[in-house]
Amino acid sequence: MIWDLHCHLSGVDGRTPDERIAQLMEYADRMGIERLVFFMGMQWSHEPSPDDFRRQNDEVIQALTHWHDRAFGFAYVSPQFVEESLAEIARCIENGPLVGIKLWVAKRCRDEALDAIIERAAALKAAIFQHTWFKGTGNLPGESTPVDLAALAARHPTVRLICGHTGGDWERGIRAIRGHANVSIGTGGFDPTAGMMEMAVRELGPRRILYGSDIGGRSFASQLAKVTGADIPDEARRLILGQNLRRMLLPILREKGIDA
Amino acid sequence: MIDVNVSLSRWPFRRLPDDETPRLVARLKRAGVTQAIAGSFDALLHKDVEGVNRRLAQECRTHGDGLLVPFGCVNPTLPDWQEDVRRCHEVHRMRGIRLHPDYHGYTLDAPEFAELLTLAIKHQLIVQLSVMMEDERTQHPLVQVQAVDTSPLVDVLADHADATLVLLNSQRTVRGEALTRLAEAGNVSFDIAMQESVGGIEKLMKLVPHKRLLFGSHAPLFYLESALLKLQESDLGETIRRAITVENASRLSNSNST
Ligand SMILES: [Zn+2]
Repeated sequence: MIWDLHCHLSGVDGRTPDERIAQLMEYADRMGIERLVFFMGMQWSHEPSPDDFRRQNDEVIQALTHWHDRAFGFAYVSPQFVEESLAEIARCIENGPLVGIKLWVAKRCRDEALDAIIERAAALKAAIFQHTWFKGTGNLPGESTPVDLAALAARHPTVRLICGHTGGDWERGIRAIRGHANVSIGTGGFDPTAGMMEMAVRELGPRRILYGSDIGGRSFASQLAKVTGADIPDEARRLILGQNLRRMLLPILREKGIDA
Repeated sequence: MIDVNVSLSRWPFRRLPDDETPRLVARLKRAGVTQAIAGSFDALLHKDVEGVNRRLAQECRTHGDGLLVPFGCVNPTLPDWQEDVRRCHEVHRMRGIRLHPDYHGYTLDAPEFAELLTLAIKHQLIVQLSVMMEDERTQHPLVQVQAVDTSPLVDVLADHADATLVLLNSQRTVRGEALTRLAEAGNVSFDIAMQESVGGIEKLMKLVPHKRLLFGSHAPLFYLESALLKLQESDLGETIRRAITVENASRLSNSNST
């Protein structure tokens, strides 16, 4: 059972979200991916206006319409627009089909502007995915590192948070969040450097690790390889490939009447 | 299968699960790899290049189990580097060499690179050119090297039409039209180790003929399974799959063997 935490409507041609998700599902079938989580639309922006993130969420909702048995979505929101983000969470999650939020690079996540958004998402049992990177070449001004996420996690110790990309530079990323039991790592969107998953299992245990690919920019292949190619117990592999994400999403999926 | 991109010895910045040669060879064998072209991680930073190449050849002989084919390193910024080319060819009987212009600090429009290609043609050596070893964003803060700028290659190849060039780890930076132009400029092939995007090999085949694509894993720095699973993610069919995993690479080494 493979569930993919981290998918985008990119990497394939197609003029509409429906065309794109249909193609992406063909690749998912080839790779044995059972369920996929999508977020962000057909065109991205680092600092989206409320209109922009609403448009992107509409595209995700549109993509899910014929795939609600297989694909889930997170709402893209921005701490630059807290009120509008809270309204978007109400629209897309409380009163809509989405089951989590995605925070990208508009504002570093240690900022207290996030607190209201985190609290609202947590109250709805929505998953919370925060992009993080430690770029040796320099982060964007609003781009979080796992250290920023650790600060957020310390303020919300009972809320589960996902550290997207494991910070890219995973040797730093795993260290940054390992002391915060409420933080899980997403393993998609960086090169399949060997030893990553072994270190993650050693430092975090297998239950705080979520497989994700970051398609279409990445391939399923390179990202699955981190799990299937690692020297870890098979039970850990099963947890990472799908059971952990399923366990995390099950409460909100149940509330929405989605069978999983 | 032939894997054109593996490395022995130690990655300078961390231990890897398969950085002991017998473990690497066992994993390659389990995956159905019957031949693998091996360079040495030592080549990145060591200056005693003959020491690196000698150990590489020895390691392939003693622990390669008939599977590892050594490609020595040449660093044309070092004095008397031409002697290393000669030894790769005459002493170690290597079929090719692997270059790391990023770690060695030269550009491809440098006269030394042109001279190196001339020597490689003379000795019928395949030239593997590693465009990068890792994502520039995750490099050690004290060792930040830029990916090799391959743009001079089109001109250089015009003067070295008989060179057999294999670009390793190229797809993060050599893309789109530049990739197509490079493939048209000469006998240039590309491994798939750093190809990303859904259905990555299908996408590569829109830019270069499949005869120019080679199975390369970048193991043990990358999980070997990454390259293997790419063969599954793209709809290749048996003919093209065989070309990429076996025939293209064996044709290269046959046309270059003396
Ligand atoms: Zn992403």
